[in-house]
Amino acid sequence: MNMHPQPQRTPAETALIDAFGDRLSLLPGDGAVMLKRDDAIEAIKHGLPTRRIESWHYTDLRRLLNAVPDFDPTAVAKPIAPIVEGSAVLSILNGNSGTKLPAVEGVTVQRLTEKLTDGSIAPGLDTYGSDDAIGALNTAFVADGYFVDIADGAQLEKPIELQNLQAGGQAHVRLPVRVGAGAKAVIVERQAGEGAALTSSVSQLVLGEGAEVTWLIVQEQPETATHLAQFKAHIGKNAKLTLFVMNAGGRLVRQEIMVKATGEGADFKLRGINLLAGDTHTDVTMVLDHAVPHTTSTEVIRNVVTGKARGVFQGRINVHQYAQKTNAKMACNTLLLSDDGEFATKPELEIFADDVVCGHGATVTEIDHDHLFYLMARGVDEKSARGLLVKAFVAEVIEELDDEAIVEALEARLDEWFVTHG
Amino acid sequence: MLEIKNLHARIVDDGTEIIRGLNLTVKAGEVAAIMGPNGSGKSTLSYILAGREDYEVTEGDILYNGRSILEMDPAERATSGIFLAFQYPMEIPGVATMEFLKVAMNEQRKARGEEPLKIPEFLKRVKEAAASLNMDMAMLKRPLNVGFSGGEKKRAEILQMKLLEPRLCVLDETDSGLDIDALKIVSDGVNALRSPDRAFLVITHYQRLLEHIVPDSVHVLYKGQVIKSGDKSLALDLEANGYAGVIGEAA
Repeated sequence: MNMHPQPQRTPAETALIDAFGDRLSLLPGDGAVMLKRDDAIEAIKHGLPTRRIESWHYTDLRRLLNAVPDFDPTAVAKPIAPIVEGSAVLSILNGNSGTKLPAVEGVTVQRLTEKLTDGSIAPGLDTYGSDDAIGALNTAFVADGYFVDIADGAQLEKPIELQNLQAGGQAHVRLPVRVGAGAKAVIVERQAGEGAALTSSVSQLVLGEGAEVTWLIVQEQPETATHLAQFKAHIGKNAKLTLFVMNAGGRLVRQEIMVKATGEGADFKLRGINLLAGDTHTDVTMVLDHAVPHTTSTEVIRNVVTGKARGVFQGRINVHQYAQKTNAKMACNTLLLSDDGEFATKPELEIFADDVVCGHGATVTEIDHDHLFYLMARGVDEKSARGLLVKAFVAEVIEELDDEAIVEALEARLDEWFVTHG
Repeated sequence: MLEIKNLHARIVDDGTEIIRGLNLTVKAGEVAAIMGPNGSGKSTLSYILAGREDYEVTEGDILYNGRSILEMDPAERATSGIFLAFQYPMEIPGVATMEFLKVAMNEQRKARGEEPLKIPEFLKRVKEAAASLNMDMAMLKRPLNVGFSGGEKKRAEILQMKLLEPRLCVLDETDSGLDIDALKIVSDGVNALRSPDRAFLVITHYQRLLEHIVPDSVHVLYKGQVIKSGDKSLALDLEANGYAGVIGEAA
């Protein structure tokens, strides 16, 4: 994946390559799957991406991933309560799916280890390109996850919550989800744990015609963990996808989002909140393809930067030549609350069609002093007033989701972050 | 209740002196009107009383109930009973109005050593206050002042004043942007709060407001000083003859 030969492997690269050799006999997969794994580890042998690779310019993975923990078969992660009461919960504990699967009408769930063993998942294991380090890492090591199929027309009343929970060591999981035509669902992806783990997680979503999905990624890893994740989606004709990403933890986090609007009338909304604290690095990188005419998208990212935290948002929108009448708008707003924090924003629009409306904007601000004065003039002390304003800055994005149960659940996660970081 | 002694203040950013030796005394129960031409320092005075950091007091003092407030931050002043109804209330997206009212009311109660309000009692008070000001509760479901018209913002300020029950109320051009009906509603709201232990400083350009909120004293502010004080007849005189005469006398 790296065009420049690396003079010497880093400890992390060596550890990953050695671990692959050690784990090989334990990894599930038929011949096709094992071939994909071989290709993937070859890519890692060429070296992790550095800042010289454009898509990794602000997140020099080779430098930042200075060590990786060993696999730890003794680690025991604990399941957690879902963010919305009554959700159907599918937990993955330390990389292993459970055998007891909840029964939800219209939903078929299969453990991914079975689909790796029978090889039916093999085509989905291809990497995205030569710079797809997360895809390669995951394909090499993925051992489990869930395959979820939501039947045509199914209208799920309660969310499905996919929990990827770690207690140290390494965990590499995959979550392919197919949503049938006209189906409607809310899917929550929880990424959390208690250990200094290395996790990779790849979600693959396919939306059939007219399907409507709200997918919430709630990432609350501890400040010792490295979390490398991908979310890939294909949005079919007249289908609607709202993706909400909340990063509220992790030492080194990269969340990649690759979405293709493949059917006319497809609509994509990305709403993201990055709550950054401590000495951490968080990167959200999106590549969105408007591949057919008459598709729409909006992206709004709000960042709160405290401490020595560093954040990155890369948003790339490709409008293909025949994708006329595309309407795409992207905004990235940052509240910088510390002199030592930083946030890098890189919007990119690649437009090959001539009849489109596309725009982007980025701002970096501090707390508005007029607003602060107004709140304090009503008797709210400075610390609480600042807290209210910071929370308001991100809560705006949550409130847009317009579903009371979800808004309440996410605001509770937000409050939790403010309690520990306020 | 309020005693301003030889107050001098300037803008922190550029050092421009706005208040130049201002003296004013307002007793408990009194409604004092501050009038004056544009640029005389009326709004600046209101901000300085509320503790805005953009202004710096270089000389003199402000005593509230006999105590200097110069070292107090805006929140401390507010919880001690000083309230500023803003000329231009801020729109604050993302802060829910009801949540804000609850936090502000409970901060005041905390300062007085009282327990936080129970939710039903809080809602009851807000509903009563809103009804008295002809405000729709639906408005209060919006983020703070967001999408409110000029008149709605002024009403919302008076609503807050009613709920927070301050002792010294500073009204900065509360009449601007109000039509006649709204002016009456807002004035009635203020008059209902008049009491022997509460004082008002009503800043305005026009006599119009003072027909509804009848002042006990009227003070003309010019170039950062009170150049003339009198009773309500002074306001009528200003309305009839303009500021030129009063300014000429003082010069």
